[in-house]
Amino acid sequence: MKPTDIRDPNYFHKVVDCQWACPAHTPVPEYIRLIAAGRYSDAYLINWKSNVFPGILGRTCDRPCEPACRRGRVEKEPVAICRLKRVAADYKDDITARLPKPVEKKNGKRIVCVGGGPASLAVARDLAPLGYDITVLDQDPQAGGMMRTQIPKFRLPDSVIDEECGYILDLGVAFAGGKRVDSLKALLAENWDAIFVGCGAPRGRDLDIPGRKEAAKNIHIGIDWLSSVSFGHTTKIGKRVIVLGGGNTAMDCCRSSLRLGGEDVQVVVRSGFEEMKASPWEKEDAMHEGIPIHNYLVPKEFTHENGKLTGVVFEHVKAEKDAKGRRKLVPSGEPDRHFPCDDVLVAVGQENSFPWIERDIGIDFDEWGMPKVDERTFRSTHPKVFFGGDAAFGPKNIIWAVAHGHEAAVSIDKLLNGEDIGHRPLPAVEVVSQKMGIHEWSYDNDIAGDKRYRVPLRDKVVALKDIRAEVELGYDDALAFKEAQRCLNCDVQTVFESKLCIECDACVDICPMDCITFTPNGEEAELRTRLTAPAHNLAQDLYVVNELKTGRVMVKDEDVCLHCGLCAERCPTGAWDMQKTLIEMTQAGTACRSRA
Amino acid sequence: MTYIVKPRFHHPALPKNALGYTHRDYEGSVSTLCAGCGHDSISAAIIQACFELNIEPHRVAKLSGIGCSSKTPTYFLGQSHGFNSVHGRMPSVMTGANLANRELIYLGVSGDGDTASIGLGQFAHLIRRGVNMTYIVENNGVYGLTKGQFSATADRGSKSKRGAINADSSIDLVAMALQLGATFVGRSFSGDKKQLVPLIMAAIEHKGAAFLDVISPCVAFNNHPGSTKSFDHVREHNEAVNRLDFISGRSPIAVDYEPGAVEIVEQHDGSKIALRKLDGDYDVHDRRGATNFLLERAAAGEIVTGLLYVEPDGEELHDNLKTVKKPLNTLGERELCPGSGALDKFNASLR
Repeated sequence: MKPTDIRDPNYFHKVVDCQWACPAHTPVPEYIRLIAAGRYSDAYLINWKSNVFPGILGRTCDRPCEPACRRGRVEKEPVAICRLKRVAADYKDDITARLPKPVEKKNGKRIVCVGGGPASLAVARDLAPLGYDITVLDQDPQAGGMMRTQIPKFRLPDSVIDEECGYILDLGVAFAGGKRVDSLKALLAENWDAIFVGCGAPRGRDLDIPGRKEAAKNIHIGIDWLSSVSFGHTTKIGKRVIVLGGGNTAMDCCRSSLRLGGEDVQVVVRSGFEEMKASPWEKEDAMHEGIPIHNYLVPKEFTHENGKLTGVVFEHVKAEKDAKGRRKLVPSGEPDRHFPCDDVLVAVGQENSFPWIERDIGIDFDEWGMPKVDERTFRSTHPKVFFGGDAAFGPKNIIWAVAHGHEAAVSIDKLLNGEDIGHRPLPAVEVVSQKMGIHEWSYDNDIAGDKRYRVPLRDKVVALKDIRAEVELGYDDALAFKEAQRCLNCDVQTVFESKLCIECDACVDICPMDCITFTPNGEEAELRTRLTAPAHNLAQDLYVVNELKTGRVMVKDEDVCLHCGLCAERCPTGAWDMQKTLIEMTQAGTACRSRA
Repeated sequence: MTYIVKPRFHHPALPKNALGYTHRDYEGSVSTLCAGCGHDSISAAIIQACFELNIEPHRVAKLSGIGCSSKTPTYFLGQSHGFNSVHGRMPSVMTGANLANRELIYLGVSGDGDTASIGLGQFAHLIRRGVNMTYIVENNGVYGLTKGQFSATADRGSKSKRGAINADSSIDLVAMALQLGATFVGRSFSGDKKQLVPLIMAAIEHKGAAFLDVISPCVAFNNHPGSTKSFDHVREHNEAVNRLDFISGRSPIAVDYEPGAVEIVEQHDGSKIALRKLDGDYDVHDRRGATNFLLERAAAGEIVTGLLYVEPDGEELHDNLKTVKKPLNTLGERELCPGSGALDKFNASLR
């Protein structure tokens, strides 16, 4: 194998699994250490810079970081990264003085964002402090988009949305609420310097089966129903409710129903329980509230009597692999099953919908009716029009929308400075040794053996009575400290200098995870088979350093390294050092522009 | 030393031995020796050897004297019996323990000071009596605990860290063990576990007095140019006479060896040592030849390593003393007080 080039910013970035997995690349271990130190405001600001909505995401993020967390490979469960983020938001001091101030003298460039959700707000947050004149348009009276309309208040209270959207609008961003954009052509005619489309995927998919029309009064589209609940237009639902669909929207629907008078609320999914799109913790939360989830049932017909819904008929299916090995649902032969109910909520997916974009203004669409958007620059085929969030590549989640917003903001900033937007900036990387003394490091390297701590919940009886009562109470500071201590500090890298090594084997012997091997070099696939412990996880790199005196190479399997620093503590010559890599994505501003 | 406890987490795919233990289960508490000490590598080799031999930790008695090396039994086999004796007096405790309970696996760990200086007399008698045990000397050529004075195994002419030249002749413990009748003699290097681990395994399975001299550089006081016990010096002058694979007990030899290049030595318990000869003429069964070879190569400044001598069917102390087959603590009243009839018979035999 070739020696590893640790100067490549991506090498160490990949070792920080959580940060690498985060679409916005939030420096997770850095803020978790600050939480452990009780520096909640500092932890919050690190988050705010990179993911814009720490308080919102700390409650609702889809947390791609957690399945990636190294702790999950070392023991059973990852660090509760998401809920620690909430801790920073909950316990911070007033940080308004530390946020950028509105720019008094604008630079004269006008940008409009269509839609007031996370993608648009991220663009506004990044660009407003640079002097751009930003206007955000939304059909709803308040900013927040789907964060406000589709996430039930018992998961995300309005106060958190108000606060974090407020930080952005207070940067001097103009918000025009209650203004629905009907024509992009008209908007283009207003001579904006750039247009950002962050209007989401606003249409809920319907279910066209017999009885749909006849029983329409009691069949609701999930996301529309949720936003109606959120605005207080809907306050009641029937006693028996069937929720169709297995995504996070379905989970929000069933839990909301339970709070609006539903007594017998059940979720029915087409496929298997395991294949459901909902995050495992959202399924858990629903089941914790006593909601049963039935699987392998395909809705066949809505039954009705005198124009009133009476139930849903389902066909039993089972999963089979076809000749090509693809999974298919086929009838199992069991008799159909009838679920009587008073209301049905259809949460079987979301779609994009762009009836307001004319097809003759230079924006190309693909065969699925999605705009053609560059995956790196987020620019459409129109030079001034950018897309981000669900509007760009279909329904994802908040953290992706934020990440899109940052990238689009970089593109817009470069465009309006006359630069090539295809030339993307590298992240900023800071590498600093953590050595403080002989066996002293500036991070806590004593690995905590604790299992993941549960987030305290509000009493179920109380929680189910009030749809606005937040279910999760969040960690208190003592629990937050203990959970934070579970973090393995993966950003504190093991850095090896072969010139200093005397090949005494001390690091090999002490390493609790048997990560380190000194061996003759070989091809990667073969080398992986003869390490101290087998290196089966191909997604994790081998760190290879050559030029040892004996001609061997040092191979470290990054997979389950605890970053405990014992290799460096037991190294007599300082050949191993623990160095913190702080990796920050470059956002819009002078740093993102070329240094010509 | 390291202040934190070694984390309990281990690699999820760590192999387990026949007893269901991983090698981590054979560890002791975290080492308090200097970072990079060769002794820690030897501890790791002992851990690996016991893991591979599927040894139940409670069947091992580890004994030591005084010194850096004699501290190490704390750092391996945390579930075994241990005895940290008076300086240089481990051999007599070992002999006594072995006589009292012949069923345990005895492992003596000592240093060049504990064995070649204060304990030389005890060491000699332990070996010549053929006590069934493994005796490992962690040999660094200096007194590390008292800041690096030459020990009795430091080579004449070698240089101390402060520049002094050693004027005294050195004691070659391997030559002594050969002369005193050890039935298993080897030398190895802490920086070469591929050689060391199978040597320790074979020594543990050997019946009789097994002696291993393991050169173990002292990173604090004896790892500089001019030292003959430094990592660099030993790597440059290491002359291995053979490489061995240890094949435990009844398992068939699965590895294909080129005929002629390998000698299979079968020990009394059925375990086998596959010796790949590196020096064509070297004979591991020739005590006098081994002694000559050793002296000749030492004169040339080379350090001979590998399995140097083995007598697979050696005798041990219990055979010679015709002692009872069972550990003394398992003997009942009937065996210990056989009655006046037996006494009369015994007295009669002396008349």
